[in-house]
Amino acid sequence: MKQLFILSAALVFSGTAVAEEGLLQKDCATCHNISGPVAQTLKEALAKKGPDLSYAGNKYLQKWIVSWLQKPTRIRPAGMYYGDHIKPGPKGDEIDVSTLTDHVAISKEDATAIAAELMKLKPHDDLIAKEKIVPGTITKQMGEMNFDKFQGCMTCHLIEPEYGGFSGPQVYTAANRLQPEFMASFIRNPQAWEPKTWMPNKHVSDSGIQKLVQYLEMLSKEAVNAK
Amino acid sequence: MLNKLLFAVLLAYTAQAQAKETAADNYKAYCVQCHGMEGNGNGVNIRDMSVIPRDHTDSKAMSGRADDMLFKVIKEGGTSISKSVLMPQWEGVLSDEEIKDLVLHLRVLCKCKFGS
Ligand code: HEC
Ligand code: HEC
Ligand code: HEC
Repeated sequence: MKQLFILSAALVFSGTAVAEEGLLQKDCATCHNISGPVAQTLKEALAKKGPDLSYAGNKYLQKWIVSWLQKPTRIRPAGMYYGDHIKPGPKGDEIDVSTLTDHVAISKEDATAIAAELMKLKPHDDLIAKEKIVPGTITKQMGEMNFDKFQGCMTCHLIEPEYGGFSGPQVYTAANRLQPEFMASFIRNPQAWEPKTWMPNKHVSDSGIQKLVQYLEMLSKEAVNAK
Repeated sequence: MLNKLLFAVLLAYTAQAQAKETAADNYKAYCVQCHGMEGNGNGVNIRDMSVIPRDHTDSKAMSGRADDMLFKVIKEGGTSISKSVLMPQWEGVLSDEEIKDLVLHLRVLCKCKFGS
Protein backbone atom coordinates (compact mmCIF):
# COMPACT_ATOMS: atom_id res chain seq x y z
CA MET A 1 0.00 0.00 0.00
CA LYS A 2 2.70 2.42 1.06
CA GLN A 3 4.87 1.46 -1.87
CA LEU A 4 2.01 1.95 -4.23
CA PHE A 5 1.48 5.40 -2.80
CA ILE A 6 5.12 6.41 -3.26
CA LEU A 7 5.25 4.93 -6.74
CA SER A 8 2.20 6.82 -7.91
CA ALA A 9 3.48 10.05 -6.37
CA ALA A 10 6.75 9.63 -8.27
CA LEU A 11 4.87 8.99 -11.49
CA VAL A 12 2.75 12.11 -11.17
CA PHE A 13 5.85 14.13 -10.39
CA SER A 14 7.96 12.96 -13.31
CA GLY A 15 4.95 13.26 -15.61
CA THR A 16 4.66 17.01 -15.12
CA ALA A 17 8.40 17.43 -14.95
CA VAL A 18 9.07 16.00 -18.37
CA ALA A 19 6.28 17.95 -20.00
CA GLU A 20 7.01 21.40 -18.56
CA GLU A 21 10.54 21.53 -17.31
CA GLY A 22 12.65 19.18 -19.39
CA LEU A 23 15.55 21.58 -19.67
CA LEU A 24 15.38 22.57 -16.02
CA GLN A 25 15.26 19.01 -14.70
CA LYS A 26 17.75 17.58 -17.14
CA ASP A 27 20.43 20.20 -17.82
CA CYS A 28 20.11 22.80 -15.10
CA ALA A 29 19.71 20.21 -12.34
CA THR A 30 23.20 18.85 -13.01
CA CYS A 31 24.52 21.94 -11.20
CA HIS A 32 21.48 23.35 -9.36
CA ASN A 33 19.42 21.79 -6.59
CA ILE A 34 15.83 22.27 -7.71
CA SER A 35 13.88 19.85 -5.54
CA GLY A 36 15.43 20.53 -2.12
CA PRO A 37 16.29 20.05 0.68
CA VAL A 38 19.18 22.55 0.78
CA ALA A 39 22.70 21.45 1.81
CA GLN A 40 22.68 20.26 5.43
CA THR A 41 26.35 19.40 5.86
CA LEU A 42 29.55 21.25 4.99
CA LYS A 43 30.46 18.46 2.62
CA GLU A 44 27.28 19.11 0.64
CA ALA A 45 27.58 22.90 0.91
CA LEU A 46 31.18 23.02 -0.34
CA ALA A 47 30.41 20.66 -3.22
CA LYS A 48 27.59 22.80 -4.65
CA LYS A 49 28.08 23.43 -8.37
CA GLY A 50 25.54 26.26 -8.50
CA PRO A 51 23.27 28.27 -6.18
CA ASP A 52 20.32 26.40 -4.71
CA LEU A 53 17.24 27.11 -6.82
CA SER A 54 14.78 25.05 -4.74
CA TYR A 55 13.48 28.27 -3.13
CA ALA A 56 13.84 30.44 -6.25
CA GLY A 57 10.24 31.72 -6.05
CA ASN A 58 10.92 33.18 -2.61
CA LYS A 59 14.20 34.75 -3.68
CA TYR A 60 14.47 36.19 -7.18
CA LEU A 61 12.67 38.79 -9.27
CA GLN A 62 11.19 36.91 -12.21
CA LYS A 63 12.10 39.66 -14.67
CA TRP A 64 15.73 39.42 -13.65
CA ILE A 65 15.90 35.64 -14.16
CA VAL A 66 14.53 36.03 -17.69
CA SER A 67 17.09 38.62 -18.72
CA TRP A 68 20.10 37.17 -16.85
CA LEU A 69 19.66 33.70 -18.34
CA GLN A 70 19.94 35.17 -21.83
CA LYS A 71 23.08 37.13 -20.98
CA PRO A 72 24.62 35.88 -17.73
CA THR A 73 27.28 37.96 -15.97
CA ARG A 74 29.40 36.93 -12.97
CA ILE A 75 27.76 37.40 -9.58
CA ARG A 76 30.13 35.49 -7.27
CA PRO A 77 33.62 36.86 -7.97
CA ALA A 78 35.28 33.79 -6.40
CA GLY A 79 32.81 31.17 -7.65
CA MET A 80 30.55 28.96 -5.53
CA TYR A 81 32.94 27.84 -2.76
CA TYR A 82 35.69 30.49 -2.81
CA GLY A 83 38.20 27.93 -1.49
CA ASP A 84 38.13 26.13 -4.84
CA HIS A 85 39.06 29.30 -6.72
CA ILE A 86 41.86 30.94 -4.75
CA LYS A 87 45.64 30.62 -4.76
CA PRO A 88 48.38 32.20 -2.66
CA GLY A 89 49.72 35.46 -4.11
CA PRO A 90 52.28 38.12 -3.16
CA LYS A 91 49.68 40.20 -1.27
CA GLY A 92 47.74 37.27 0.12
CA ASP A 93 45.22 34.84 -1.32
CA GLU A 94 43.92 35.87 -4.73
CA ILE A 95 41.25 34.63 -7.09
CA ASP A 96 42.45 32.17 -9.71
CA VAL A 97 40.30 33.41 -12.59
CA SER A 98 41.36 30.50 -14.80
CA THR A 99 39.24 28.19 -12.64
CA LEU A 100 36.02 30.16 -13.21
CA THR A 101 33.70 29.31 -16.08
CA ASP A 102 31.00 31.29 -17.86
CA HIS A 103 27.35 30.40 -17.32
CA VAL A 104 25.36 28.78 -20.11
CA ALA A 105 23.09 31.25 -21.97
CA ILE A 106 19.65 30.24 -23.23
CA SER A 107 17.04 31.68 -25.59
CA LYS A 108 14.39 34.18 -24.57
CA GLU A 109 11.66 31.53 -24.91
CA ASP A 110 13.46 29.01 -22.72
CA ALA A 111 14.41 31.68 -20.20
CA THR A 112 10.82 32.86 -19.94
CA ALA A 113 9.47 29.34 -19.48
CA ILE A 114 12.12 28.39 -16.94
CA ALA A 115 11.70 31.59 -14.95
CA ALA A 116 7.99 30.88 -14.68
CA GLU A 117 8.74 27.34 -13.44
CA LEU A 118 11.31 28.58 -10.94
CA MET A 119 8.93 31.19 -9.50
CA LYS A 120 6.61 28.36 -8.44
CA LEU A 121 9.22 27.04 -6.01
CA LYS A 122 8.23 28.71 -2.76
CA PRO A 123 8.94 26.53 0.27
CA HIS A 124 9.69 29.56 2.48
CA ASP A 125 6.57 31.72 2.24
CA ASP A 126 6.64 31.65 6.07
CA LEU A 127 10.03 33.38 6.28
CA ILE A 128 9.07 35.93 3.62
CA ALA A 129 5.76 36.74 5.38
CA LYS A 130 7.70 37.75 8.50
CA GLU A 131 9.40 40.64 6.70
CA LYS A 132 7.75 44.01 6.26
CA ILE A 133 9.68 46.41 4.08
CA VAL A 134 9.30 50.00 5.24
CA PRO A 135 9.60 52.37 2.27
CA GLY A 136 12.29 54.95 2.81
CA THR A 137 15.55 56.31 1.58
CA ILE A 138 19.03 56.57 2.98
CA THR A 139 21.86 58.74 1.74
CA LYS A 140 24.65 56.92 0.00
CA GLN A 141 27.10 58.13 2.60
CA MET A 142 25.06 56.88 5.57
CA GLY A 143 24.22 53.62 3.84
CA GLU A 144 27.82 52.93 3.02
CA MET A 145 29.01 53.77 6.51
CA ASN A 146 26.44 51.39 7.94
CA PHE A 147 27.23 48.58 5.50
CA ASP A 148 31.02 48.93 5.65
CA LYS A 149 31.94 50.25 9.08
CA PHE A 150 29.14 49.44 11.52
CA GLN A 151 28.10 46.04 10.18
CA GLY A 152 31.25 44.93 8.39
CA CYS A 153 29.36 43.57 5.36
CA MET A 154 31.90 44.82 2.81
CA THR A 155 34.47 42.28 3.97
CA CYS A 156 32.73 39.65 1.81
CA HIS A 157 30.63 41.66 -0.66
CA LEU A 158 31.64 44.02 -3.47
CA ILE A 159 29.57 47.22 -3.22
CA GLU A 160 31.02 48.37 -6.54
CA PRO A 161 33.08 46.43 -9.07
CA GLU A 162 36.32 47.66 -7.52
CA TYR A 163 35.51 47.86 -3.83
CA GLY A 164 34.78 45.24 -1.18
CA GLY A 165 35.35 41.54 -0.57
CA PHE A 166 35.04 38.42 -2.69
CA SER A 167 33.71 35.41 -0.80
CA GLY A 168 30.05 36.39 -1.20
CA PRO A 169 27.92 37.49 -4.20
CA GLN A 170 28.50 41.07 -5.37
CA VAL A 171 25.73 43.27 -3.98
CA TYR A 172 25.76 46.28 -6.27
CA THR A 173 23.04 44.61 -8.34
CA ALA A 174 21.48 42.58 -5.49
CA ALA A 175 18.23 44.54 -5.47
CA ASN A 176 17.85 44.07 -9.22
CA ARG A 177 18.02 40.31 -8.67
CA LEU A 178 16.36 39.74 -5.33
CA GLN A 179 13.01 40.35 -3.67
CA PRO A 180 13.39 42.95 -0.88
CA GLU A 181 11.76 40.61 1.66
CA PHE A 182 14.29 37.92 0.78
CA MET A 183 17.19 40.31 1.34
CA ALA A 184 15.75 41.30 4.72
CA SER A 185 15.15 37.69 5.73
CA PHE A 186 18.59 36.52 4.60
CA ILE A 187 20.32 39.34 6.49
CA ARG A 188 18.22 38.54 9.58
CA ASN A 189 19.14 34.86 9.56
CA PRO A 190 21.20 33.46 6.67
CA GLN A 191 21.20 30.00 8.27
CA ALA A 192 17.40 29.79 8.03
CA TRP A 193 17.92 29.63 4.25
CA GLU A 194 21.32 27.97 3.98
CA PRO A 195 22.31 26.21 7.23
CA LYS A 196 25.99 25.95 6.27
CA THR A 197 26.53 29.26 4.46
CA TRP A 198 29.70 31.20 5.34
CA MET A 199 27.75 34.41 5.76
CA PRO A 200 27.50 34.88 9.54
CA ASN A 201 24.39 36.06 11.34
CA LYS A 202 25.40 39.61 12.25
CA HIS A 203 22.38 39.97 14.57
CA VAL A 204 21.27 43.18 12.88
CA SER A 205 18.33 45.01 14.51
CA ASP A 206 15.00 45.46 12.70
CA SER A 207 15.72 49.08 11.86
CA GLY A 208 19.27 48.15 10.85
CA ILE A 209 17.88 45.60 8.39
CA GLN A 210 15.57 48.23 6.88
CA LYS A 211 18.53 50.57 6.39
CA LEU A 212 20.62 47.86 4.76
CA VAL A 213 17.83 46.94 2.34
CA GLN A 214 17.27 50.62 1.49
CA TYR A 215 20.98 50.96 0.83
CA LEU A 216 21.04 47.90 -1.43
CA GLU A 217 18.00 49.21 -3.33
CA MET A 218 19.81 52.50 -3.85
CA LEU A 219 23.03 50.84 -5.01
CA SER A 220 21.21 48.81 -7.64
CA LYS A 221 19.37 51.84 -9.03
CA GLU A 222 22.73 53.53 -9.35
CA ALA A 223 24.21 50.50 -11.12
CA VAL A 224 21.34 50.59 -13.63
CA ASN A 225 21.69 54.33 -14.21
CA ALA A 226 25.43 54.01 -14.72
CA LYS A 227 24.93 51.70 -17.71
CA MET B 1 2.53 3.45 9.57
CA LEU B 2 3.10 6.38 7.28
CA ASN B 3 3.26 8.59 10.36
CA LYS B 4 5.94 6.41 11.84
CA LEU B 5 7.89 6.58 8.63
CA LEU B 6 7.63 10.35 8.51
CA PHE B 7 8.79 10.53 12.10
CA ALA B 8 11.84 8.40 11.38
CA VAL B 9 12.73 10.52 8.36
CA LEU B 10 12.35 13.67 10.43
CA LEU B 11 14.60 12.29 13.14
CA ALA B 12 17.30 11.29 10.70
CA TYR B 13 17.05 14.71 9.14
CA THR B 14 17.46 16.76 12.34
CA ALA B 15 20.25 14.49 13.54
CA GLN B 16 22.09 15.17 10.30
CA ALA B 17 21.53 18.92 10.54
CA GLN B 18 23.17 19.00 13.94
CA ALA B 19 26.03 16.65 13.13
CA LYS B 20 29.32 18.07 14.29
CA GLU B 21 31.80 19.19 11.63
CA THR B 22 35.55 18.84 12.13
CA ALA B 23 37.55 21.92 13.12
CA ALA B 24 39.64 21.66 9.95
CA ASP B 25 36.51 21.73 7.79
CA ASN B 26 34.94 24.59 9.73
CA TYR B 27 38.15 26.58 9.44
CA LYS B 28 38.26 25.92 5.72
CA ALA B 29 34.65 27.03 5.18
CA TYR B 30 34.30 29.94 7.60
CA CYS B 31 37.72 31.33 8.55
CA VAL B 32 39.92 30.99 5.44
CA GLN B 33 37.94 33.71 3.59
CA CYS B 34 39.54 36.30 5.90
CA HIS B 35 42.34 34.53 7.79
CA GLY B 36 43.74 32.90 4.64
CA MET B 37 44.59 29.47 3.26
CA GLU B 38 47.70 29.42 5.45
CA GLY B 39 45.93 30.96 8.45
CA ASN B 40 48.37 33.86 8.32
CA GLY B 41 45.74 36.62 8.08
CA ASN B 42 46.06 37.02 4.29
CA GLY B 43 42.58 35.90 3.19
CA VAL B 44 41.02 36.62 -0.20
CA ASN B 45 38.79 39.30 1.38
CA ILE B 46 41.45 41.53 2.95
CA ARG B 47 42.19 43.99 0.11
CA ASP B 48 39.82 46.72 1.29
CA MET B 49 39.53 45.79 4.97
CA SER B 50 40.35 48.59 7.44
CA VAL B 51 41.51 46.11 10.11
CA ILE B 52 43.56 43.13 9.03
CA PRO B 53 42.62 39.68 10.39
CA ARG B 54 44.83 38.15 13.05
CA ASP B 55 47.72 35.99 11.84
CA HIS B 56 46.83 32.68 13.48
CA THR B 57 50.35 31.35 12.89
CA ASP B 58 51.89 34.19 14.95
CA SER B 59 52.80 32.26 18.09
CA LYS B 60 53.84 35.37 20.01
CA ALA B 61 50.50 37.14 19.58
CA MET B 62 48.39 34.00 19.88
CA SER B 63 50.08 32.84 23.08
CA GLY B 64 48.93 36.10 24.62
CA ARG B 65 45.32 34.90 24.46
CA ALA B 66 43.78 32.43 26.89
CA ASP B 67 41.61 29.66 25.46
CA ASP B 68 38.41 31.11 26.94
CA MET B 69 39.22 34.46 25.31
CA LEU B 70 39.61 32.74 21.92
CA PHE B 71 36.34 30.91 22.53
CA LYS B 72 34.61 34.20 23.32
CA VAL B 73 35.88 36.08 20.27
CA ILE B 74 34.86 33.26 17.92
CA LYS B 75 31.42 32.89 19.47
CA GLU B 76 30.58 36.55 20.10
CA GLY B 77 32.75 38.37 17.58
CA GLY B 78 35.47 41.02 17.67
CA THR B 79 33.44 43.62 19.53
CA SER B 80 32.99 41.27 22.52
CA ILE B 81 36.69 41.73 23.36
CA SER B 82 36.87 45.36 22.17
CA LYS B 83 38.24 44.37 18.79
CA SER B 84 37.01 45.09 15.27
CA VAL B 85 33.43 44.36 14.14
CA LEU B 86 35.00 42.91 10.98
CA MET B 87 35.68 39.74 13.01
CA PRO B 88 32.15 38.21 12.93
CA GLN B 89 30.33 36.36 15.69
CA TRP B 90 29.82 32.70 14.81
CA GLU B 91 27.11 31.90 17.33
CA GLY B 92 24.21 30.26 15.53
CA VAL B 93 26.54 28.90 12.86
CA LEU B 94 28.93 26.90 15.02
CA SER B 95 27.98 24.96 18.16
CA ASP B 96 29.90 25.52 21.42
CA GLU B 97 31.52 22.16 20.91
CA GLU B 98 32.66 23.09 17.40
CA ILE B 99 34.06 26.38 18.71
CA LYS B 100 36.01 24.50 21.41
CA ASP B 101 37.48 22.30 18.68
CA LEU B 102 38.40 25.42 16.69
CA VAL B 103 40.31 26.80 19.69
CA LEU B 104 42.35 23.57 19.74
CA HIS B 105 42.83 23.94 15.98
CA LEU B 106 44.17 27.48 16.48
CA ARG B 107 46.69 26.10 19.01
CA VAL B 108 47.93 23.73 16.32
CA LEU B 109 48.19 26.57 13.78
CA CYS B 110 50.19 28.83 16.13
CA LYS B 111 52.16 25.92 17.61
CA CYS B 112 51.63 27.67 20.91
CA LYS B 113 49.88 27.61 24.28
CA PHE B 114 48.59 30.46 26.43
CA GLY B 115 51.46 32.19 28.20
CA SER B 116 54.29 30.34 26.46
C1 HEC C 1 27.88 23.80 -15.11
C2 HEC C 1 27.00 24.09 -14.02
C3 HEC C 1 25.74 24.90 -14.29
C4 HEC C 1 24.72 24.61 -15.18
C5 HEC C 1 24.61 23.44 -16.15
C6 HEC C 1 23.72 25.63 -14.99
N1 HEC C 1 24.13 26.51 -14.03
FE1 HEC C 1 23.07 28.09 -13.35
N2 HEC C 1 24.64 28.67 -12.18
C7 HEC C 1 25.82 27.96 -12.05
C8 HEC C 1 26.73 28.75 -11.24
C9 HEC C 1 28.14 28.34 -10.82
C10 HEC C 1 26.07 29.95 -10.91
C11 HEC C 1 26.60 31.15 -10.14
C12 HEC C 1 27.08 32.17 -11.13
C13 HEC C 1 27.73 33.37 -10.51
O1 HEC C 1 27.62 33.56 -9.30
O2 HEC C 1 28.35 34.17 -11.23
C14 HEC C 1 24.74 29.87 -11.52
C15 HEC C 1 23.76 30.84 -11.40
C16 HEC C 1 22.47 30.70 -11.84
C17 HEC C 1 21.40 31.62 -11.54
C18 HEC C 1 21.52 32.87 -10.71
C19 HEC C 1 21.39 32.45 -9.26
C20 HEC C 1 22.03 33.35 -8.28
O3 HEC C 1 21.61 33.31 -7.11
O4 HEC C 1 22.97 34.07 -8.60
C21 HEC C 1 20.27 31.14 -12.17
C22 HEC C 1 18.89 31.76 -12.13
C23 HEC C 1 20.66 29.93 -12.86
N3 HEC C 1 22.00 29.70 -12.64
C24 HEC C 1 19.81 29.15 -13.63
C25 HEC C 1 20.24 28.09 -14.44
C26 HEC C 1 19.39 27.44 -15.39
C27 HEC C 1 17.94 27.77 -15.65
C28 HEC C 1 20.15 26.47 -15.99
C29 HEC C 1 19.76 25.53 -17.11
C30 HEC C 1 19.41 26.16 -18.35
C31 HEC C 1 21.48 26.53 -15.37
N4 HEC C 1 21.49 27.53 -14.46
C32 HEC C 1 22.53 25.69 -15.69
C33 HEC C 1 26.09 26.74 -12.58
C34 HEC C 1 25.34 26.10 -13.56
C1 HEC D 1 31.95 36.46 6.06
C2 HEC D 1 31.39 36.85 4.78
C3 HEC D 1 30.08 37.62 4.77
C4 HEC D 1 29.71 38.69 5.54
C5 HEC D 1 30.49 39.38 6.65
C6 HEC D 1 28.41 39.09 5.05
N1 HEC D 1 28.00 38.27 4.03
FE1 HEC D 1 26.27 38.43 2.98
N2 HEC D 1 26.72 36.72 1.97
C7 HEC D 1 27.88 36.00 2.11
C8 HEC D 1 27.77 34.80 1.31
C9 HEC D 1 28.84 33.72 1.18
C10 HEC D 1 26.50 34.83 0.69
C11 HEC D 1 25.89 33.77 -0.24
C12 HEC D 1 25.11 32.87 0.65
C13 HEC D 1 24.53 31.64 0.02
O1 HEC D 1 23.72 31.77 -0.91
O2 HEC D 1 24.88 30.54 0.48
C14 HEC D 1 25.87 36.07 1.12
C15 HEC D 1 24.63 36.51 0.68
C16 HEC D 1 24.07 37.75 0.96
C17 HEC D 1 22.90 38.28 0.34
C18 HEC D 1 22.10 37.59 -0.75
C19 HEC D 1 22.82 37.83 -2.05
C20 HEC D 1 22.52 36.86 -3.16
O3 HEC D 1 22.73 37.22 -4.35
O4 HEC D 1 22.08 35.74 -2.88
C21 HEC D 1 22.70 39.54 0.87
C22 HEC D 1 21.59 40.51 0.51
C23 HEC D 1 23.75 39.75 1.84
N3 HEC D 1 24.57 38.64 1.87
C24 HEC D 1 23.88 40.89 2.60
C25 HEC D 1 24.82 41.02 3.64
C26 HEC D 1 24.79 42.10 4.61
C27 HEC D 1 23.79 43.23 4.64
C28 HEC D 1 25.84 41.87 5.46
C29 HEC D 1 26.21 42.64 6.71
C30 HEC D 1 25.20 42.69 7.75
C31 HEC D 1 26.53 40.67 5.00
N4 HEC D 1 25.87 40.18 3.90
C32 HEC D 1 27.67 40.14 5.57
C33 HEC D 1 28.98 36.34 2.88
C34 HEC D 1 28.99 37.35 3.83
C1 HEC E 1 34.96 38.60 7.65
C2 HEC E 1 36.32 38.37 7.98
C3 HEC E 1 36.64 37.37 9.09
C4 HEC E 1 36.21 36.06 9.18
C5 HEC E 1 35.32 35.31 8.21
C6 HEC E 1 36.82 35.53 10.38
N1 HEC E 1 37.59 36.49 10.99
FE1 HEC E 1 38.64 36.25 12.73
N2 HEC E 1 39.27 38.20 12.59
C7 HEC E 1 38.94 39.07 11.59
C8 HEC E 1 39.57 40.35 11.86
C9 HEC E 1 39.47 41.59 11.00
C10 HEC E 1 40.29 40.19 13.06
C11 HEC E 1 41.14 41.25 13.77
C12 HEC E 1 40.30 42.00 14.76
C13 HEC E 1 41.10 43.10 15.43
O1 HEC E 1 42.33 42.97 15.52
O2 HEC E 1 40.48 44.10 15.85
C14 HEC E 1 40.08 38.83 13.49
C15 HEC E 1 40.61 38.30 14.66
C16 HEC E 1 40.46 36.99 15.06
C17 HEC E 1 41.06 36.44 16.24
C18 HEC E 1 41.98 37.17 17.21
C19 HEC E 1 41.23 37.94 18.25
C20 HEC E 1 42.24 38.52 19.21
O3 HEC E 1 42.63 39.66 19.03
O4 HEC E 1 42.63 37.79 20.09
C21 HEC E 1 40.71 35.11 16.29
C22 HEC E 1 41.11 34.10 17.35
C23 HEC E 1 39.87 34.86 15.15
N3 HEC E 1 39.73 36.03 14.42
C24 HEC E 1 39.34 33.63 14.84
C25 HEC E 1 38.50 33.39 13.74
C26 HEC E 1 37.92 32.11 13.43
C27 HEC E 1 38.17 30.84 14.23
C28 HEC E 1 37.17 32.27 12.32
C29 HEC E 1 36.31 31.23 11.61
C30 HEC E 1 35.30 30.59 12.42
C31 HEC E 1 37.28 33.67 11.92
N4 HEC E 1 38.10 34.31 12.80
C32 HEC E 1 36.64 34.22 10.81
C33 HEC E 1 38.15 38.80 10.49
C34 HEC E 1 37.50 37.62 10.23
